[in-house]
Amino acid sequence: MAERRVVEMALATPGVDAAGRPARIPLVAQASPGEPDLKTDHMLINIGPQHPATHGVLRLVVELDGEVVVRVIPHIGYLHSGFEKLGEYRHYNQIIPLTDRTDYLSAPANNVAFALAAERLMGIEITERCTVLRVIACELSRIISHLVWAGTTAIDIGAFTVFLWMFQERERVYNLIEEWTGARLTTTLTRVGGLMADVPEGWTGRLREWCAKFPKTLDEVDRMLLRNGIWLGRTQDVGVMTAAEAIDYSLSGPMLRASGVAFDVRKDHPYLGYDSYDFEVPVGEHGDVYDRYLVRMEEMRQSVRILLQALDRLPDGPINAADPRVILPPKQRLMSDMESMIHHFKQVMEGVPAPVGEVYVPVENPKGELGTYLVSDGSAKPVRWRIRPPSFLNIAALPKMAEGHLLSDLIAINASVDIVMGEIDR
Amino acid sequence: MKHVLETKQVAGQSPNWLLARLDDLVNWSRANSLWPMPFGTACCAIEFMATAASRFDFARFGMERQAFSPRQADVLICAGRLPFKLAPVIRTIYDQMPQPKWVISMGACASSGGIFDNYAMVQGIDTIVPVDVYVPGCPPRPEGLLYGIMLLQKKIKRESVFDPSLRVEQLADQRGLYLEPAAVDEVSEPFGNSIHQTRSA
Amino acid sequence: MSDAAPENPSVAGLRARFGAAVGPSAVVAGATVVHLAVDRAHEILAWLRDAPEERYDYLVDVTAVEYRDRERPLEVVYQLRSLARNAMLRIKIDLPKGGPLEVDSVVDLWHGADWLERETYDMFGVRFRGHPDLRRILMWETYSEGYPLRKDFPLRGRFSRSEQVRRALGAGLDAHYSMEELTIADAYDSLPADVRERLASERGGAER
Repeated sequence: MAERRVVEMALATPGVDAAGRPARIPLVAQASPGEPDLKTDHMLINIGPQHPATHGVLRLVVELDGEVVVRVIPHIGYLHSGFEKLGEYRHYNQIIPLTDRTDYLSAPANNVAFALAAERLMGIEITERCTVLRVIACELSRIISHLVWAGTTAIDIGAFTVFLWMFQERERVYNLIEEWTGARLTTTLTRVGGLMADVPEGWTGRLREWCAKFPKTLDEVDRMLLRNGIWLGRTQDVGVMTAAEAIDYSLSGPMLRASGVAFDVRKDHPYLGYDSYDFEVPVGEHGDVYDRYLVRMEEMRQSVRILLQALDRLPDGPINAADPRVILPPKQRLMSDMESMIHHFKQVMEGVPAPVGEVYVPVENPKGELGTYLVSDGSAKPVRWRIRPPSFLNIAALPKMAEGHLLSDLIAINASVDIVMGEIDR
Repeated sequence: MKHVLETKQVAGQSPNWLLARLDDLVNWSRANSLWPMPFGTACCAIEFMATAASRFDFARFGMERQAFSPRQADVLICAGRLPFKLAPVIRTIYDQMPQPKWVISMGACASSGGIFDNYAMVQGIDTIVPVDVYVPGCPPRPEGLLYGIMLLQKKIKRESVFDPSLRVEQLADQRGLYLEPAAVDEVSEPFGNSIHQTRSA
Repeated sequence: MSDAAPENPSVAGLRARFGAAVGPSAVVAGATVVHLAVDRAHEILAWLRDAPEERYDYLVDVTAVEYRDRERPLEVVYQLRSLARNAMLRIKIDLPKGGPLEVDSVVDLWHGADWLERETYDMFGVRFRGHPDLRRILMWETYSEGYPLRKDFPLRGRFSRSEQVRRALGAGLDAHYSMEELTIADAYDSLPADVRERLASERGGAER
């Protein structure tokens, strides 16, 4: 027996409704009684692990009834690289390059997350200049990660131009990051107790110039998408997670906030002095793909706000803590006196031991709450390095969000989760 | 005319002048319209995307259309690390590509396992698929990938249509491997710092 | 600096209600850690979620820790958060290595535990009783080298590289469909008999 399904489509917006939101006209298509019965076996199809729209090596096994997704089973692990095992064989500073490769879309933020955890474990206080520079690094990471998300989500839903614009902005930020760290993508920015290097001469001026021009690009994207009938039709009421479901499935970051739960690690468990910055955290209400779009676009604007405040308050001073236990001597001293040479040698060859103990430090990464759980037994290599991956939990809720929707909605929902497989599979 | 059509059987070369010109034509058209199959796994895939985007744009080099279906692709670009779980996938994708086909191994992890010398990572995709060009870097800059593409174009221009050994479909041996086990073990040996970084405490 | 932080009052509530099932507690780097007995763990975690003065509605993480000291038990670690009270609590369950590495699953309490427990099983071999689908998640289902994050598992794995490549290539794409998936669309019936046999035997051998 064939059950007829009612398909609702939204057409171009004729205006706004009473609440100020773009109005939708539903078009209800119903089968006429005379149509013949169609064969309705369910299909089993496999999307991935090599597929342009899965944003990485994700495999979705989908049961389809026509175009409607009855069941979707995500398979992960195709990028499992043994990070956590490797961490047990590396010194704390040697783990920082590994953190670049987990969430490779926002590497500086991962570097900061790990350094914060190692510093809390070892009881090290970082300098003021280092704190503000790390805030700048985290917010730049948030912006570049959301740029990739916006580009790839738009391209999945059909808006190719947005992808090129977002990658062009990302290239401009790459220039800044490359001037600072030497690398575009895998930055290895932090060290335990400080940073790899200070920002070069004139860098803050160039960052300010970029911050002045960037919001215009966001406005252009909004002009393309915000009130676009196709975009609204593809994203509104698609992939809804209610607040209670979002909490139950341990979602975090923009996924959680788009569902209406106002939890942001920067506000609720502040680190790096975020409680002293003036910024807002956008919170959605419907928990659909459109709200996630709105939340992430607004987060980028708020990040620019934080960047400007950070630039205004950036103090002079050293970037590394004055703690010779963890900080290498400066190169000039190292090359001229024996004690510094031995100090450098011992620290590089033997690593810096952390006291016995454990820490769990959450940070607000662009994808969600990235937690670093480090357990130490007093040696220079951790006993356990656990990454609490936000995308892992966010994608686990995909079946809940996508079942009952159309196949093309599945692609849109998958894009809206903003996953990065490096972090999911570690 | 006789000397033009003389055939000289030298391995890997076209037999005579006329067929050499045919080779030039075929190689020129293949090299300048390489449609990549982006097998992007990790960070290198992001640099691959950046190479495809406006600033670097490999469409200038003939890679106008990224073929996401292996049936329509010429060159498999493995951009990113390859864990063991993904190994049968890349081999299947490679087998599904029709001849002529080439492979670019982009990045340190695809070329040798990179920083991941552990239980989960294939130590170089050349243990599974035959590689034509290795692009080192972690990740390689887009200019690096473009240079790798140019090297592949040079390599293609040296090929000959009359050399059947170039277009042989490699099948698995009875063990299921594509290289001798000793060869796999040898290329997967740790080297450099990795030899010493296996103590946990 | 951080160990001067006060202990989370939930610990006192736990001891008052559950007595001996609550083991030692400590404040480590500002966070409260409390050990629970494995046999009443599920009941206690349910109380932590539902009791009106606790309300740990958000499960942050589930993982395990094995120490280098072989005598120390394996610990299953739960990080809980109460969104309303903005409080965090770390729960540990000790599993001595001589005994079975089994705990009750908390998927019925927090859905987020589903994949987190599968990963802990995959990496450590800890079984979660009552989990609806305890399969490997990061390694492939027929992976038989062991449980990677255990301390007796070498960094490069147990087999030689050529053997690892051979097994990986031999895992085959159709072995990566679970039996559940193959019953969809009656695809299972159209598989050749030898593939069906192999899948059936691999399924049984997957939990090695």
